Amino acid sequence: MASLKDLRNRIASVKATQKITKAMQMVAAAKLRKAQSAAEAARPYSERMAKVLANISSAMDGRDDAPVLMTGTGKDDTHLLVVATAERGLCGGFNSSIARLARDRARKLLAEGKTVKILCVGKKGFDALKMEFRELIIDTISFREVKNVGFAEAQQVADKVLGMFGEGEFDVCTIFYSEFKSVISQIPTAQQIIPANVSAEETEEEAGASVNYEYEPGEAEILDDLLPRNIAVQIFRAILENAASEQGARMSAMDNATRNAGEMIDKLTLSFNRQRQAQITKELIEIISGAEAL
Amino acid sequence: MSFQFELVAPEALILSGEAEQVVVPGVEGYFTVLADHAPFMSTVKPGIIDVQLEDGTKKSVFVRGGFADVSPDGLTVLAEHAVFVDDFDLEAHEKEIEEAREAHAKAEPHEREEAANLLADLEDSLTAIRHAKGLVH
Repeated sequence: MASLKDLRNRIASVKATQKITKAMQMVAAAKLRKAQSAAEAARPYSERMAKVLANISSAMDGRDDAPVLMTGTGKDDTHLLVVATAERGLCGGFNSSIARLARDRARKLLAEGKTVKILCVGKKGFDALKMEFRELIIDTISFREVKNVGFAEAQQVADKVLGMFGEGEFDVCTIFYSEFKSVISQIPTAQQIIPANVSAEETEEEAGASVNYEYEPGEAEILDDLLPRNIAVQIFRAILENAASEQGARMSAMDNATRNAGEMIDKLTLSFNRQRQAQITKELIEIISGAEAL
Repeated sequence: MSFQFELVAPEALILSGEAEQVVVPGVEGYFTVLADHAPFMSTVKPGIIDVQLEDGTKKSVFVRGGFADVSPDGLTVLAEHAVFVDDFDLEAHEKEIEEAREAHAKAEPHEREEAANLLADLEDSLTAIRHAKGLVH
């Protein structure tokens, strides 16, 4: 049985921990609000982009001079997996669930005899994957020093990916990130960005309006200009979703930790009080029996 | 007659509203959009978008990289960089040009074209912004 002093120390240390987790939760809540509004502000751009892209691609339908970024290289031998995670831990299962999804995909592709290359965006993804896929990871991009990750950072990742694609280093590119549903639910998602996946239903919906469009300089040139931008936009969206998800995950993880610390303090306080009372009783008995003996 | 005008940057919706007339720096020359313009799409070169809103107020926005989409619903400009001319930081921009120039001088042969394009873009931007601010006549 721990002594009174030990118990007192433990209660103090758990209380200190609780204070930290509580503070982290509140910080995460504030950051979440910011991340969410950033994600919302970025939505119009990516929506318009998708619409315009669907518009042009329906106009380009059936033409054989469509850019490679859209049609693909015609092979799917080499896959590039872009794994976007957080820079920091202590956010529940956030990083590990993205890493797990990427790991499963990588294993599946390897089993099918394909070549896999991994590009980590965020340090935690690299930490999680380096054990198994050390030699497949070609690079890690970290935004640790960047305070507010903006479009410029996404552009940096996109340039890297496009540069590799230009050199013919991969055929298919998929980005892994966590989609923000709510504070308690973030869904790890895999999204193919090269070849561009222009959804069929949108194309159909817009097909009627696109007939008499005029293009300057021309459909193919615009598409050539547009598709690389679209890659950057997709990556930007993934990074923003990730930022919101990370804060949401951290918030609920820290909420749990705070609650657990509270329970622990209650339990420790109870046993501390019991022991204190037992000691008082013991001392009283000693005094009384001493007095009786006289 | 007015039409719906939207200027969107990746990070935010910059401007949205009913406009009388908008001048856009298209890649093959400036063009003016009025209400009921035919469906039209063009990439945008670095320059100034002049907007005349329905209530008569005028706004000038500097844009670089992106495209304009004129559809029956109105005009949407997607721009990678979009800054109101009044807020434009000329000093920062000149620094950027300086950096681009250095990068161009150091660039490997296969990167040279890209660096040159970036530099040209930045210099075009500078000219456009100087005109818009009335520094050059």
